[in-house]
Amino acid sequence: MREWTNFSQGVSRRHVVKAGLASGLVLALHLPLRAANEPEQMPDNTAGQFAPNAFIRIDHSGKTTLVMPQVEMGQGVYTAVAMILAEELDADFGQVVLEHAPPSDKLYANPIFGIQVTGNSNSIRAFWKPLRVAGAAARAMLVHAAAAQWQVDPASCSAAGGKVKHDSSGRVAAYGDLADAAGALPVPKDPPLKDPKDFTLIGKPVKRLDTPNKTDGKVVYAIDAMLPAMKFATLAQSPVLGGKVAHVDDSDAKKIPGVRQIVVLDDLVAVVGDHFWAAKSGLDAIDVTWDEGANANVNSTDIWNALRAASRTDGVVAKSVGDVEKGLTEGNRVDAEYELPFLAHATMEPQNCTVALTPGACEIWTGTQVATRVQSVAAQAAGLPLDKVTVHNHLIGGGFGRRLEADMVASAVRIAKQVDGPVKVIWTREEDMQHDVYRPAYRDVISASLTDGKVVAWKYKVSGSSIMARWLPPAFQNGIDIDAVDSAVDMAYDIPNLQVRYVRAEPPGVVTGFWRGVGPNNNVFATECFMDELARKAGKDPVEFRRTMLDTNPRLKAALDLVAEKADWGKPLPARVGRGVCVQPSFGSFIATVVEAEVDEFGEVHLRRVTSAVDTGIAVNPDTIVAQLQGGLVFGLTAALYGEVVIAKGRVLQSNFNDYRMLRIDQVPKIDVHVIKSGEDPGGMGETGATAGPPALRNAIYAATGIALRRLPIDRQALAVKRA
Amino acid sequence: MPTLKINGEEKSFDAPEDMPLLWVLRDILALTGTKFGCGIAQCGACTVHLDGKPVRSCLLAIGTVGNRAVTTIEGVGATQAGARVQKAWLDLEVIQCGYCQSGQIMSAAALLAVNRNPTDVDIDAAMAGNICRCGTYVRIRDAIKRAASEA
Repeated sequence: MREWTNFSQGVSRRHVVKAGLASGLVLALHLPLRAANEPEQMPDNTAGQFAPNAFIRIDHSGKTTLVMPQVEMGQGVYTAVAMILAEELDADFGQVVLEHAPPSDKLYANPIFGIQVTGNSNSIRAFWKPLRVAGAAARAMLVHAAAAQWQVDPASCSAAGGKVKHDSSGRVAAYGDLADAAGALPVPKDPPLKDPKDFTLIGKPVKRLDTPNKTDGKVVYAIDAMLPAMKFATLAQSPVLGGKVAHVDDSDAKKIPGVRQIVVLDDLVAVVGDHFWAAKSGLDAIDVTWDEGANANVNSTDIWNALRAASRTDGVVAKSVGDVEKGLTEGNRVDAEYELPFLAHATMEPQNCTVALTPGACEIWTGTQVATRVQSVAAQAAGLPLDKVTVHNHLIGGGFGRRLEADMVASAVRIAKQVDGPVKVIWTREEDMQHDVYRPAYRDVISASLTDGKVVAWKYKVSGSSIMARWLPPAFQNGIDIDAVDSAVDMAYDIPNLQVRYVRAEPPGVVTGFWRGVGPNNNVFATECFMDELARKAGKDPVEFRRTMLDTNPRLKAALDLVAEKADWGKPLPARVGRGVCVQPSFGSFIATVVEAEVDEFGEVHLRRVTSAVDTGIAVNPDTIVAQLQGGLVFGLTAALYGEVVIAKGRVLQSNFNDYRMLRIDQVPKIDVHVIKSGEDPGGMGETGATAGPPALRNAIYAATGIALRRLPIDRQALAVKRA
Repeated sequence: MPTLKINGEEKSFDAPEDMPLLWVLRDILALTGTKFGCGIAQCGACTVHLDGKPVRSCLLAIGTVGNRAVTTIEGVGATQAGARVQKAWLDLEVIQCGYCQSGQIMSAAALLAVNRNPTDVDIDAAMAGNICRCGTYVRIRDAIKRAASEA
């Protein structure tokens, strides 16, 4: 496993990345009552409760509240975090209540990032130990309290289901009745943790706690926040990225029933109305002249040309093993370049933020992966001290990295400053897509040499914009973005001479951000595509070729062997049908994937079957592991088949799901995921499928057609043998 | 003042005839279970039933609803098909972020109400208008079959 590095304390090592955060409350005015397990508003204090740490509260009735440091955006983390806490606490899992953590880097910092962030598929990796210790400490205190009451040896007591029992006498005390006495005891620093063989929750398929309210409309996302006398707003930012408002003619908009106010700021225009429809109709009726500014002529062609030029510079060495230049002169040399486009996040819940601003306070209702950042951004925009800003976080309707940003909060607060009373700002889908923080475009230049059917030298250079330099500067040091080289500097294969270089190349006008799969998305793609080309050059089967270079990576090798078996690797297929494989060591999980696809005569690609094998260590909630891989694979395959954001005249051309396409149910085949039993500490899962899908599909196309695509999305024209 | 029959209740409200049903439900009636996803009937998050048939409420002007009964995610559990779909969704753990699932469940319930035993082709036809960004399609397919088998 990797080392955890706290970035607030300086960074020297790779590995980290991405983020988000958790906090908040859900306001329920006007809204249906929430069910028992929907997160509740954080209490102002913990008075009268046993609160041994930031995660656990037990009141006199025995009600056990678990505070979620990481935010739930579909990845199942609320259930997994609750399972880990409840396992070591020996709580009655059926009775636990969940709460969003409030913004607090002090209490709820992600141990990997050093700030309150949900991202990089690291919630369970980062919190595995701290949560177990928190649960075990609380349990030890409750046991000691009971033992003291009974005047017996604590070692003669056991705990289960929210009760302490004295085994020989049969006396039983409920946790609620022990709350006061336990609270008076010191918190043990190093409580004994359970032997994993004694786990009763972890590793069992547990029903998710967040989903019952998601079947009947009761769940409250941020976009559903309702406040008394609230107004609704929608906004337009300059179509040319970075442009400013020059002139506004709002005479028609003001005539629209329900339109209450036009807010004009230097970089955006918002219409405020009685409901979203009035606001949207008003915005459509406004005539805005924009000062297009410096980016008016930015376009994708120039960005690609600049990135290609940058990729021919030396960059900075991020890793070096052996003598790569010498290695490249020996054996059979192969070279290739791969290119990945800008991508939008397209979360199903469009960006939104509700703000209630009074002269002395600011309340925010949003769904965010970075609660403390939201709080500080809101404070800055409102001109208020941090402690006057309350952040109510929510279950999130899709994060994928988009909600690691706080731009939607900053603009909402700036709008709210012009409006009397609370206002909910909702972005249209078009605004969401055209003012995203995009996955960087990447270019990877690779050279390798083959001797006796093995790679003996590997020279890899990744070029693209640095997210870390903007988002978490301590993680950008010595010219290296540790995210951008993740899964390149720690690639899976045994290669004696290896060098990884990084070139930072910032496109004009385009702000880039984390996107599900982050750095590994690029590096696994380029590595695994090139491995297939090298296998062919070596005259070897792609699975066998990889196997021979995985001797020091037995977990990945085992996953590869399993997926080959389960996917019927090697069995004959019809013409223009192929299987492609991908292996990845990313996010602390070891995953091998096979995609089977058909390429028709017109170059259209049809998915036939997807199979993955995963060793993620201890699978806290095994069905969630399967679900995350299934869903992540669809996410990645969607990008491979369709995803590309194109810039022309400084504008993003894509606008909605009609021109930024998504895979739909009729295109998605069976996806089988095989979870390998393991006793290792848990790895990450949320992003792994997004990373695995594209190279496996591309390699399937390579097998089906012999055409080695080197760019995404898939180029149908290059694959067609007939014109439609 | 327009009046609509929503989940079995008559609701009167003040809104222009051309206002889409989605925003009446969400912003005026506070029935926020129906979701805004795209505004152009491309994603299906806003799916509701009119007399049991699935429609995209983001483009449906309230003036065109007439006497037809509106059913939303808050009310679909009162129908046999809706209740079966909701149960199957939980039994098979379909849901991830859940934002699209109101629309998915409405489309699936409408399918099962008219088709007791849908094939894969039937499911594709009925569900292809609903995007799930979390990629839960495999489980949606299985859950529809589960719900059908328990009819």
